[in-house]
Amino acid sequence: MTLNPNLRRFFSEFAENKVALVAAIIVLAIVLLALLAPLVAPQDPYDLASLTLRDARRPPGYVGTQGYTHLLGTDAQGRDLLSAILYGLRISLQMGLVAGAIAFALGATIGTTAAYLGGRVEAVLMRVVDLQLSFPAILLAFVLAALLGQGRWPLTAALVAAQYAYFARTAHGAAVAERQKDYVEAALSTPLPGRTVVLRHILPNCMAPLLVVGTVQVASAISLEATLSFLGVGLPPTEPSLGMLISNGFQYMLSGRYWISIYPGVALIVLIIAINLVGDQIRDQLNPRLRR
Amino acid sequence: MLGFISSRIIQALAVMLAMSMLVFLGVFAIGNPIDVMLAPDATQDIRAQAIAFYGFDRPIWEQYLRFLGRLLQGDLGSSFVYNIPVMQLILSRLPATLELTLIAVISATLIGVPLGMYAGYRPDAPLSRFIMAFSVLGFSVPTFWIGLVLILTFAVTLGWLPAGGRGETATVFGLEWSFLTADGWKFLLLPALNLALFKLSMMIRLARSGTREIMLSDTVKFARAAGISEWGVLRHHVLRLILVPIVTVFGLEFGSTLAFAVVTETIFSWPGLGKLIIESIGSLDRPVMVAYLVLVALLFITINLLVDLAYAALDPRIRRGRNA
Amino acid sequence: MSAPLLEVRDLVTHFFTRAGVVKAVDGISFTLNPGEVMGLVGESGSGKSITGFSLLGLVDAPGRIVAGSVKLNGQELVGLPQAELRRIRGKTMSMVFQDPAMTLNPVLTVRRQMRLALAAHERMSDAAATARCVDVLSRVGIPDAARRLDSYPHEFSGGMRQRVALAIALLHRPAVIVADEPTTALDVSIQAQILAEMKDLVRDSGTALIWISHDLATVSSLAGKMAVMYAGRMVETGPTGTVLSAPRHHYTRGLLDSLPSQAEPGQDLRQIPGSTPSLLGLPPGCPFASRCPAGTATCAQVSPEITWEGGRGFRCHHPLVEALA
Repeated sequence: MTLNPNLRRFFSEFAENKVALVAAIIVLAIVLLALLAPLVAPQDPYDLASLTLRDARRPPGYVGTQGYTHLLGTDAQGRDLLSAILYGLRISLQMGLVAGAIAFALGATIGTTAAYLGGRVEAVLMRVVDLQLSFPAILLAFVLAALLGQGRWPLTAALVAAQYAYFARTAHGAAVAERQKDYVEAALSTPLPGRTVVLRHILPNCMAPLLVVGTVQVASAISLEATLSFLGVGLPPTEPSLGMLISNGFQYMLSGRYWISIYPGVALIVLIIAINLVGDQIRDQLNPRLRR
Repeated sequence: MLGFISSRIIQALAVMLAMSMLVFLGVFAIGNPIDVMLAPDATQDIRAQAIAFYGFDRPIWEQYLRFLGRLLQGDLGSSFVYNIPVMQLILSRLPATLELTLIAVISATLIGVPLGMYAGYRPDAPLSRFIMAFSVLGFSVPTFWIGLVLILTFAVTLGWLPAGGRGETATVFGLEWSFLTADGWKFLLLPALNLALFKLSMMIRLARSGTREIMLSDTVKFARAAGISEWGVLRHHVLRLILVPIVTVFGLEFGSTLAFAVVTETIFSWPGLGKLIIESIGSLDRPVMVAYLVLVALLFITINLLVDLAYAALDPRIRRGRNA
Repeated sequence: MSAPLLEVRDLVTHFFTRAGVVKAVDGISFTLNPGEVMGLVGESGSGKSITGFSLLGLVDAPGRIVAGSVKLNGQELVGLPQAELRRIRGKTMSMVFQDPAMTLNPVLTVRRQMRLALAAHERMSDAAATARCVDVLSRVGIPDAARRLDSYPHEFSGGMRQRVALAIALLHRPAVIVADEPTTALDVSIQAQILAEMKDLVRDSGTALIWISHDLATVSSLAGKMAVMYAGRMVETGPTGTVLSAPRHHYTRGLLDSLPSQAEPGQDLRQIPGSTPSLLGLPPGCPFASRCPAGTATCAQVSPEITWEGGRGFRCHHPLVEALA
């Protein structure tokens, strides 16, 4: 596969920032570990039959009744924490990516459509978006999650509702700037259908800022999901995401059994920070004003 | 200017009405509060009585109108759980949240803006890199997690500060405030720090990116060419130019911090509005939920309005544009 | 004869970018006496603005003056600490920029911006400051200056805004003003007005002016002498009249030929073939060689030194013969 020169330059510039490079590697490694969780995890944390209370709340390094070492200790049900974290990462990543992707599609559609149609439609759509942007995402997600009940799809809906507005605003801003450029004016004056103009000309030029927002929003969706699950309005206990693992361990933390909360938390923040660092670097690289 | 203000106020009122409707309808979707209020073995008679007493048998639109009418009189009903007027309940919890939020947002701004300006002015200095690393951390790490680490460090391990609760308060204007007593500060410190860290990172980023772009602008070059010192450029030109976005964000963040307080208050058992709403969602205390949401919406719309006005006062171009 | 007001010798400014060293200014020399106007001409990217910034020590990182000398009233400016440069900027030597909409601070009143510029060099009472501001504003042609003092930049028209910027540059009666394309962003009629006012100002105050422009017409109407820049180098310099009527460098000739006034109606404008080279990794010889009608193998290999003939100089192996031009 040959890369186009722009893309190659992008990657080589990216690689120059060692911090961002390490972050990107960490993100890839975590994604890989999460994907392969059933193969690499020592235990299936959902298999209740394999759990015994005799193994509960053991510190890191404890050799359990199953005969292997619990590297990160065990939780209140006697679950191997490392396995629980790997499976938890799977759920957290899924939630973040799915919510991020839906919010991306929805927001980009609303933003570009508003910019393309203009007039009253644009005013109304963007007013709603602005209003929602001014409303704290966490509260919106919190109320929605509470209203819709526990479960994957209600939570996804809450996350999307909390995030699509960022994409819509970004897409709208970029699309309006793009629409005013001569070549789009030119394309608009041809008999091409409007949809083609939006898809072929406007949208591709909004991709750069949208991707930057996208990285940050995936990280914040993961963080939001963890927060909601921590507060008990997120995923049901049958699908323990990282937030819930942390929440489960909270009560034991005050008595010194820190690992049940801390290790899932470390996994969570390493993931979020790594994604944000990658996003930061992409943003700096795509910002023409900071280019040297 | 007057036309601008009144049009914004009318807009705010319309939004408020829409919000009250959404909130009311939304909250109706949650479970059946009667089931929570009454013992499971309550007779049909008692059930019917309770339903009639609370008006749950009426059509939704009628319940909404009655709700709206009471809302206008400041009557938000009574809490099912506490059995006291919601207004009284919320007012008793409001000062705790308000002082926590204010302290967090103000300290985040006062500390974050200078740090961010420095990082934007000297993007390659070691201190700037440290500031930015810190802000990435504060920005990325979820608030609840920072709260846990703060408790683990300062309360569990070091034992310096209490892990939760509010401590001693002083009463002023009939309301209780923690920041007036030394003991209150001990309890206030960790939750305020917890709540401030995210805002601090945000202010740092905002001030940094603003400063960085403005330092490259012709305005700064021209000011330098006129012999104005670097300090003068930063103090008079850059600060004044980044003030517009900062005031906007300050206002908006004040609102979102009220919301974030839900997390912090839960972790630190801080008896404010956030903890109240979590409890009321758990117990399906419908009037409290409605009142909380209406109150937050009201606060938001008021803040947005104030931010718009501040914006117009700070940026003469906007003042002109909107007036015309 | 006494030393000139401003003496620039072999000024070299480089930008150290990731992609390599950009030789933005590569050996500029000229002198300027009080009341003299010099035009600095070149295409965008030829290094004329960077030359202006270098004079005031305002080159932003990653750029740096790497060699040469700038003497103002005999004082060497290259290598002077920023604090001392600051004391000269705006006081003895000041600068105006191309687009006044970008240079004036949009959120500060004119009074505030002028006060800041005044306070940079002098402590004075509010009344005295106001009087000075009104005086300078009226001198640059702003009517009703006392009342306009509390306006914001966006409340002025483009031409008036540039006058305000000019007034700020003139506040301390500097000996030298560097004007970087100050009329380019303005309408043609306003350009002419400002040009005429600049002439008067220079004549009345004895201020020396460096007029940076890509527009030969404004330069010829204003400047007594001029320098032509190409790819960071000064390719030709001399009295404006002789340079324009009898250029010795092929690039100057090309510039003149591509002027619309040189073409017959209906005829295509003549262009210089090719395009300006990238300043990154210039070839060893004359940077104009590949586009030059007289370019030879020598030109591509050996960079020509400057040849001085009377009051003028040029950098070319095969200069145009005066009589032919």
